[in-house]
Amino acid sequence: MSAATQETAIRTGRIARTFIYVVLLVFALFYLLPFFVMLVNSVKPLSEITEGNMMALPKELTFAPWASAWSTAQIGVEPTGLRPYFLNSLFMVVPAVLICTALGALNGYVLTKWRFRGDTLLFGLMLFSCFIPFQIVLIPMARMLGIMGLAGSTAGLVLVHVVYGIGFSTLYFRNYYSAFPTELVRAAMIDGAGFFQIFWRIMVPVSGPITVVCVIWLFTNIWNDFLFGASFASGSKAPMTVALNNLVQSSTGVKEYNVHFAGAILAALPTLLVYIVAGRYFVRGLMAGSVKG
Amino acid sequence: MAHQSAEVDFRTRLQNWIPKLVLSPSLAAVLVFVYGFILFTLYLSFTNSKMLPSYDWVGFENYRKLWGLSHWWTAITNLAIFATLYIVICTAIGLTLAILLDQKIRGEGMLRPIYLYPMALSFIVTGTAWKWFLDPGIGLENTMHLWGWESFEFGWIKDRNMAIYTIVIAAVWQTSGFVMAMFLAGLRGIDNEILKAAQIDGASNWNLYRRIVIPLLRPAFLSAFVILSHLAIKSYDLVIALTGGGPGRATELPATFMYSYTFSRNLMGVGASSAVIMLMTIAAIMTPYLYAELREKP
Amino acid sequence: MRGYFGKTMTVACALAATTSMVKAEDVEVLHWWTSGGEAAALNVLKEDLAGQGIGWLDMPVAGGGGEQAMTVLRARVTAGDAPTAVQALGFDILDWGEQGSLADLNDVAAQEGWDAVVPEALQFFAKYDGKWIAAPVNVHSTNWVWANKAVLDDNGIAVPETWDDFVAAVETLKAAGITPIAHGGQAWQDATIFDAVVMSTGGPDLYKAAFIDLDPEALGSDAMKESFDRMAYIRANVDDNFSGRDWNLATAMVINGEAGFQMMGDWAKGEFLNAGKVPGQDFLCFRFPGTGDQVTFNADQFMMFDQGGVVSPEQAALATAILSPTFQSAFNVVKGSVPARTDVSDEAFDDCGKQGMKDLAAAASSGNLFGSMAHGHANPAAVKNAIYDVVTAHFNGEYDSATATEELVNAVEGAQ
Repeated sequence: MSAATQETAIRTGRIARTFIYVVLLVFALFYLLPFFVMLVNSVKPLSEITEGNMMALPKELTFAPWASAWSTAQIGVEPTGLRPYFLNSLFMVVPAVLICTALGALNGYVLTKWRFRGDTLLFGLMLFSCFIPFQIVLIPMARMLGIMGLAGSTAGLVLVHVVYGIGFSTLYFRNYYSAFPTELVRAAMIDGAGFFQIFWRIMVPVSGPITVVCVIWLFTNIWNDFLFGASFASGSKAPMTVALNNLVQSSTGVKEYNVHFAGAILAALPTLLVYIVAGRYFVRGLMAGSVKG
Repeated sequence: MAHQSAEVDFRTRLQNWIPKLVLSPSLAAVLVFVYGFILFTLYLSFTNSKMLPSYDWVGFENYRKLWGLSHWWTAITNLAIFATLYIVICTAIGLTLAILLDQKIRGEGMLRPIYLYPMALSFIVTGTAWKWFLDPGIGLENTMHLWGWESFEFGWIKDRNMAIYTIVIAAVWQTSGFVMAMFLAGLRGIDNEILKAAQIDGASNWNLYRRIVIPLLRPAFLSAFVILSHLAIKSYDLVIALTGGGPGRATELPATFMYSYTFSRNLMGVGASSAVIMLMTIAAIMTPYLYAELREKP
Repeated sequence: MRGYFGKTMTVACALAATTSMVKAEDVEVLHWWTSGGEAAALNVLKEDLAGQGIGWLDMPVAGGGGEQAMTVLRARVTAGDAPTAVQALGFDILDWGEQGSLADLNDVAAQEGWDAVVPEALQFFAKYDGKWIAAPVNVHSTNWVWANKAVLDDNGIAVPETWDDFVAAVETLKAAGITPIAHGGQAWQDATIFDAVVMSTGGPDLYKAAFIDLDPEALGSDAMKESFDRMAYIRANVDDNFSGRDWNLATAMVINGEAGFQMMGDWAKGEFLNAGKVPGQDFLCFRFPGTGDQVTFNADQFMMFDQGGVVSPEQAALATAILSPTFQSAFNVVKGSVPARTDVSDEAFDDCGKQGMKDLAAAASSGNLFGSMAHGHANPAAVKNAIYDVVTAHFNGEYDSATATEELVNAVEGAQ
């Protein structure tokens, strides 16, 4: 951890520093702009939006769109707002992230500390699975879930996310553990410690930083997924993104843009929160392993 | 005695098997849900599947159709433009920001989440905002005009030759902060003693970065490349949100093409063949990388 | 495909059959009506069923005019877990009929006398192989023009009856510095205009030959080229920022008086009403010039998935409720469309609604009612999208009219 706060030895002059601050601030503006557009339009009455200037500050401030998006907007036949779908997403994301991270940690541990012939090839196969386009797995996946009796259930959705998250979680943990001295593991083995004992007593305690990276990555990807959520768990079990999509997408209905923006921000709050709260550990985590390879 | 040694034997054998047992569920899942499905798609690409999978073999008919579609050529050309620019620009911005942020900046704790947060948002969330922002009539151009900069023009999204570049802008916005984090992590991992030694030798900052720091970041470059190339190939949401593939069909990418043919046009066979081409492209890019990365490790 | 998941379905159906004897089952309804008014209108149906003790499992999936819902449906059917009732459009219904997955509603239809009251052009999409497989909810007509009355009055423009009138009106507006036509440049919106333009230019004969019979000669005819020329004229009279715009924002331009006309289906009325505008006073609705007698339509229907050869009592109740005159009136007043049966009272409808119902009845009886190509009611999805490709490429200046006509013939041929 101490390495994470290590600062560069490079020194810069005053003019250069001013320049650096200007560049950094300009980029900060660039990154904030779309969010600004969303925020500003979510607190305007609809008439101000359709007048045409989407970037202007609101003349009349209103929080009605937020209230509507959360609790009264039409998602299906009943005006429920996004509220009931929030828990659906949590029930899907939390188990999926936990299982996937645990499997990734175990896989990474095996692939670095209990190596066997052909393990690199297996890792390569798992890594390549990160690249499969989700559109092509839809139909065969539906069939498999049907056979397993998991169609239309949260459990089925968790399975899908675990399967397509394993590649990444294994990648993160493998790279992280490969930097961990194998001698310590050997020593423990000689002392008679078993597979799980070593994992639990030696590997898990040092896995903090990479777990943060893995959890952030999986949490955002799974929370933001729409295609699987819509196909395998819609209706009353639909995750937040499907509900948001129902709120903002309508082909032949009236569009309440201010409510849409408020809903979009609401739906994104958990991931935003994760990034802001855990973000400081994120760079440390990345540093501690995954990019050093 | 014999009994005891048999038990020890069993235990060591078990110890040997446990790692493989632990790995096997993940491996089985990947084999079925990834490689099994890839084979299924490969098979479908040789059938005349329309709305649902069918099993009438038509040979290379779908591939012949696919390569005869001007639409598909547009999609691949766009992917080439998009992926190149996206990867290069993201890497450049990410590296620049990381180096600048590494200069003992006050407020780094504030800036870092601002750079990173776009990665947390899907384009279902930010799509409309981007679309409006880029729209000259209501977004940036209009605002500049209202502020008195009358000659300001930014109408790329409406121009079929330029629209693909607006997709690049939005995609860069989403991931460049993440790439920054990867480089920043790489920079923080570099041993300062090396830098100090070079400074004593009188190397300028520029040379320090060019000769020493950037070469040391090689692993970060490779990781960034993998993550960016997979995101580029999978880019779907952002095209749908920003342009819906338009103006005309000018911003179609292979991912949107595949979805459109499989699901909107009920030509699942053609959709599957485009998916196979995409997978082959991914494999062609990834295999050398994986090989290089995995081979040298002990 | 039937054998592919047939077994699971049979088991599920057997289970459904046994339980339904005990108490009424729930119906699971997949639909994409999620915006305020539409969803509220659908709630009428839910309440109706609740009154009969039938529960409603809501399964909304919005997006792309139902495309997203159709993708989800395929996943559900492949998983052997098809919803009870599914909202669908045009050729999608027939495709599912061809798969043999839909329930036969003939008994309900006979009992309720659907054959007599549902227009024949609409029945084409509700029946497969002589069997009713779907219950139509509404008829949207797509060849409407929406106009800001104040803008027209200020410029001395009367409602244009012919293409030449329309051109004159456009020129007047242009001279007055008003955007003549509000339009959103998305493929389906371009195609919506193209529908009306072809109908107006070549009459119903060309429309039918080109879009329904897919006759290469009609597709490559001079009248088709003329239609493309008129599309180019329309293109020249929309504002510079049309590309990619949502139709709602184009409607807003008409509402705010920034533009004179918008060509859009009858759902656009909802935007005017929502902005507090009154039909006849603040805005006008009329048929696209030169298509006064014709109606191009798209109709939302609910198809019922097979429950082992029999229609479940719940499905029958749902189908009956959908086509009941009270629901048809209540729903369509809100939705902006008109009832799918021609014998419903127009009392509750506003001026545009009344006119729409009159037009539909007239068009149905005179053989002038045609499915809309742009909305998947003239030809299958593959052909429709191939036509979209050409129309939108021409509209965005990639092809001139002659090339577009040629490409249209090739594209339609290639997609068949």
